[in-house]
Amino acid sequence: MSKQNPDKDLSARAGASGIQKVLRHRLFFPLLCLALVLLANVAKTPNFFAVSINNGVLYGYIVDVVNRASELVILAIGMTLATAASGGQDISVGAVMAVSAAVCCQILSGGEVSVTSFQNPLVLAVSASLAASALCGAFNGFLVARLRIQPMVATLILFTAGRGVAQLITAGQITYIRVSAYKTAGGYIPGVPIPVPIFFAIGTAVIVALLLRFTALRLFVEAAGVNSSAARLVGLGSARVVFVTYVICGFLAGLAGFVASSRIYSADANNIGLYLEMDAILAVALGGNILGGGRFSLAGSVIGAFTIQSLSTTLYAMNISADQLPVYKAAAVIAIITLQSDVFRGFIRNPRIKNITGSIVFSKKETQT
Amino acid sequence: MQDNIVLRMQGIYKSFPGVQALRNVDFTLRKGEIHALMGENGAGKSTLIKVLTGVYIMDAGEIHIQSGSSGPAGSSGPAGSSGPAGSSGPGRDGLAEVLVPVVNHSPQEAQANGISTVYQEISLCPNLTVAENLFIGREPRKFGLIDWKTINKKADMLLKRLKIPSVSTQQLDDCSIAVQQMIAIARAVDMKCKALILDEPTSSLDDDEVTKLFQLMRQLKEQNVGIIFVTHFLEQVYEVCDRITVLRNGELAGEYEVKDLPRVQLVAKMMGKEFDDLAEIKTSAKSSPDFESETPFIEAAGLGCTGNIKPFDLRVYKGEVVGFTGLLGSGRSELARALYSADKPDSGTLKVRGTEVRFSSPLDAMKKGMAYLPEDRKRDGIIAELSVRENIIIALQAKRGVWKPISRKESENFADKYIALLQIKTAGRETPVKSLSGGNQQKVIIGRWLLTNPEYLILDEPTRGIDIGTKTEIQKLVLKLAHDGVGVAFISSEIEEMLRTCTRMAVLRDRQKVGELSGGDLKQEIIMRTIAGGEKQNV
Repeated sequence: MSKQNPDKDLSARAGASGIQKVLRHRLFFPLLCLALVLLANVAKTPNFFAVSINNGVLYGYIVDVVNRASELVILAIGMTLATAASGGQDISVGAVMAVSAAVCCQILSGGEVSVTSFQNPLVLAVSASLAASALCGAFNGFLVARLRIQPMVATLILFTAGRGVAQLITAGQITYIRVSAYKTAGGYIPGVPIPVPIFFAIGTAVIVALLLRFTALRLFVEAAGVNSSAARLVGLGSARVVFVTYVICGFLAGLAGFVASSRIYSADANNIGLYLEMDAILAVALGGNILGGGRFSLAGSVIGAFTIQSLSTTLYAMNISADQLPVYKAAAVIAIITLQSDVFRGFIRNPRIKNITGSIVFSKKETQT
Repeated sequence: MQDNIVLRMQGIYKSFPGVQALRNVDFTLRKGEIHALMGENGAGKSTLIKVLTGVYIMDAGEIHIQSGSSGPAGSSGPAGSSGPAGSSGPGRDGLAEVLVPVVNHSPQEAQANGISTVYQEISLCPNLTVAENLFIGREPRKFGLIDWKTINKKADMLLKRLKIPSVSTQQLDDCSIAVQQMIAIARAVDMKCKALILDEPTSSLDDDEVTKLFQLMRQLKEQNVGIIFVTHFLEQVYEVCDRITVLRNGELAGEYEVKDLPRVQLVAKMMGKEFDDLAEIKTSAKSSPDFESETPFIEAAGLGCTGNIKPFDLRVYKGEVVGFTGLLGSGRSELARALYSADKPDSGTLKVRGTEVRFSSPLDAMKKGMAYLPEDRKRDGIIAELSVRENIIIALQAKRGVWKPISRKESENFADKYIALLQIKTAGRETPVKSLSGGNQQKVIIGRWLLTNPEYLILDEPTRGIDIGTKTEIQKLVLKLAHDGVGVAFISSEIEEMLRTCTRMAVLRDRQKVGELSGGDLKQEIIMRTIAGGEKQNV
């Protein structure tokens, strides 16, 4: 290798066209997918982006998409961390949402099936439900990090048992909390036109982003995900890192469960967060994150979550029934995943060279000639 | 003598992209001999075995296998025949014994041709019974159903004949590892193999179990099975083998009868040093500085890790370079890992600066000023997808903890500093470390540890697979660090390199520290003699 090479490479990179730069950005393909789905929405529903104010609150398709996506955004953020650190997914988040909702409603109702006033303080109920969810996360984390069980197998336990646990907590009933204060988290604060779930999503994203920005968490998570053996030898304690990400993932699932339960002012153990774990994993993948762990992009996962929610909205707008929805969703997902595959990306970036795997090949060539 | 040959490989060539793994290698196995295949890691032992068993297809060469009806097992009982190797005269076993050329395309084909392999990791089914394991895939049948009675009877007979302490109905994982290994061998033998390959069979066995395995090997030898024994334990070769073939860098270094090849010569052959050359090499014997008055930085007493390294004592003072030497697999890396707590020691004590410590993880060792550059750069060293900058700062960051991040600006300065200091050739500090060449990756890891300001730096094979220029740079760096008062542990397969850098050497053999050399004893010949050990048997 000659010494001038790095300089040459740098100049080559500086000289690269602006289009290439945009194409290489890691969020380019996730954003492209979101744009395509939104475009399809506009084609189907011309007033898709129209926003009006009815009764003092924002109203419109796009507001609905952003609002409905809130729980998914929260889940996807937790899932991103767990995926990056462990190279596997937590498939129990949907069930943990149900547990969280059950704990919260049961404490508020004081054991009654339906109440019209809080039997216990709201703060206590919410804290308890979040603590229970974090505990679920800790259980998963223990299995994955300490006992080294494959994440999908480890979290399969709560995936199956979680809703049962929620049923036990509510004694098999759907507990209703018919108190307007409880509906706030899933509805509106008087005088504020933006739905409250959006604030929860934004708050989660901001707090986690700040955590990554002002601590070394990102480096620890990525290092553990890329090479846990090497990470251990530099003193990282990969197991502890993985454990923490599962606790965070569980905690955020609990938060999402609280929001979801507030929307319907009840704890419906069978339906809260049903199949949402799959959407969360999909959001992570659509965000351009590698499901095998390592480097991750929080923004990518959030974009992925909005893509999925827009897709659902499009399909509903096309009058597809809820039962058939998964089929069309799957077809769209296949298209999106193909679009994001390394082979396809390489083809887009450099059509002359076949079978290129992302930018890895480029950088190798640049440094090793 | 042609008739005594079971297997002959001639002019074997095999290359992988970028590497010539085997070049013109010959190998001959005779009836009823135990033939050691020796060589350092990367010498081509396993490639040769894999070519023979059909895992790889050779590029050129011929393999001939004795064809003849007389199966080695079953025909003659172990009871009476106790002749030494090769005593069975030509033609004794029958009429048509000729060598026929074969090409094995798969291990199954090799097995059909009479070549069986027992690997280091036992490839049997732990949840089945001994009998099932012995006959799986070739169960005796009766009316189309498996005839369990016959299976168990046959299995018990086989176990009895080979004196394996087990019964047919026992579940395999209830047996000790050694017995499992023996059962794997019994299965191979019962499938009428002429050549039995044992690939590192003793590495997970204790001394007693090894003895039992050797008994079995001797029995098979009496039954005229040719055994290829791949190992890196010198003692065992001299205990059980008749003949040795040595490979070095993919080429044949020679075939010898054990009695004609003293240990020192064997080590010399493996390392590629002619014995006569050794005397001529002038070594600048550095005298070890006088440390007696100081407290040693590290003092290990009876420190050991079961299965990895037998208990050892070691003292290291600041500012000295202590080499750990021995053949690959002799335990030199394991010794380093035990010190650093990469493998947690389970016996003995470790003192740092005179105070006893108990490390529960590498982080504890780091906090006491230790640093460890692992042997396997890809697996344990680099964090491939992360950038050069992140790879450099990660150890310091781990030491500081998650709540005290190194700021972006600071980390860029650190990265730039070590890229310049170690002359790391990279497109930029944000380049993924995996796209750097091996030598530059190694420099990144060295930079990572220098950044933590270590007082004791363990370098395990820091120069392997690195061009000569970088090698010299690393050696100079080691001497400079020692001069600055850092204690360095240096491990290398190249003795010259160690002689240039070390003031003292700990010698390891068969996962045990067997001696320490310093001062005038730091000569290639003496080192190799110590590595080889067991002088008395060589006379």
